[in-house]
Amino acid sequence: MSLLASFRDSARAKPILERIRARRGGPVSIMEFCGGHTVAIFRSGIRSVMPERVRMLSGPGCPVCVTSNADLDRAAALAKLPGVILATYGDMLKVPGSHESLAEVKAQGYPVEVVYSTLDALKLAAAHPDREIVFFGIGFETTAPAAAAAVLQAEAKKLRNFSLCSVMKLTIPGAKALLSMGEVNVDGVIGPGHVASIIGADAWRFLPEEYGIPVAISGFEPLDLLAATDAILGMIDDGAPDLVNTYSRIVKPEGNRKAWGAVERVFELRGASWRGFGDIPASGLALREEFAAFDADRRFPLDIPPSEEHPACRCGEVLRGVAEPTDCTAFGAACTPEHPLGPCMVSSEGSCAAYYHYKRQAV
Amino acid sequence: MCLAVPAKVLELRDDDMALVDISGTQREISLMVLDGDAAPGDYVLIHVGYAIEKIDEEEAQRTLELFAQMEEFNAPAPEGEDPFA
Repeated sequence: MSLLASFRDSARAKPILERIRARRGGPVSIMEFCGGHTVAIFRSGIRSVMPERVRMLSGPGCPVCVTSNADLDRAAALAKLPGVILATYGDMLKVPGSHESLAEVKAQGYPVEVVYSTLDALKLAAAHPDREIVFFGIGFETTAPAAAAAVLQAEAKKLRNFSLCSVMKLTIPGAKALLSMGEVNVDGVIGPGHVASIIGADAWRFLPEEYGIPVAISGFEPLDLLAATDAILGMIDDGAPDLVNTYSRIVKPEGNRKAWGAVERVFELRGASWRGFGDIPASGLALREEFAAFDADRRFPLDIPPSEEHPACRCGEVLRGVAEPTDCTAFGAACTPEHPLGPCMVSSEGSCAAYYHYKRQAV
Repeated sequence: MCLAVPAKVLELRDDDMALVDISGTQREISLMVLDGDAAPGDYVLIHVGYAIEKIDEEEAQRTLELFAQMEEFNAPAPEGEDPFA
């Protein structure tokens, strides 16, 4: 689709970049709340071409990274239950919990299956009626509809051996928690395009309205990110915080009501534990009582020992935007993508991994 | 994690499923959470096996034009209106 390839066209990017550079104003910090943006910004080298006044920060936008060790430990314990096959997205496999990753659990002979989609987990359940398929479901609003759809399909097809261990989280309570902590100055926000495709661009109006922070909902191509950054700078320099949607080819003001409707039907809000933040009220999705038969938390109650953190890992501070990956003494030494101490180095969307892979060749 | 890829719908199948083309690879995906109908030839955005949105080609074209004329892009929007609408 050549039209979409145009959003990677460097000739089209140049005038936007020139406009960003021509703007005059004080130093500003712009944060993205999406791991996909973190990677896209590094891969395209956008950080390195920004004028000196513009500092780009990564927020808690990587769902793998914000998953707490307590939840990772629970997933490992579920995989070790007799009769259970634990299915999860590939991103989760190498993330170290308190003592081991799911990859290490699998290496010990326990059944851990990587799936591309909850559809594959449902197929596993249909193919193994004598086993319990537990799907370890992480993700933000973008991914929650796929989990809700799986539960609804399992119910319709009477797949009683499918259940979901939900550690899904909502981005807006996470963003509010970060801003309310006041540790980091945020002058503008690049809004997560695919989260907004589900919950709607308008869901991010709280930033200008409650915090006076301009936000531009952005796509994931270089042109999208440059245009969003330019729009944010324009709003900052004019002192007129607002919401603009630079990803309108996908994102509607109201989002995807059908997808979010499925999420609301299956899940209710509960507090969730975020790495680096602790418990954030009403930031997690738990299965409603009506779907208790598909809720791994209810079906397989476990007594998990208190989780432990690696003393050298500064993932929590990186996720809050108060430390850069390179501020961590373990970065690139004791902690590498091959031997990660924390999820920010292992997840493809983690800030530490993005720094490790792209920062060296940037500038 | 929120990575989503564009795909062209090739064929509608039973059970709210569709065969799509993702950069030359054919894959069966679900239309269960897509708001509205999709037909062969439409472009949709796929996330973890589910189509989550149709891609609005006219809007994509208009966005490219707006990116090229940034004055309009940064003009204050009238109350309640999306500057891209």
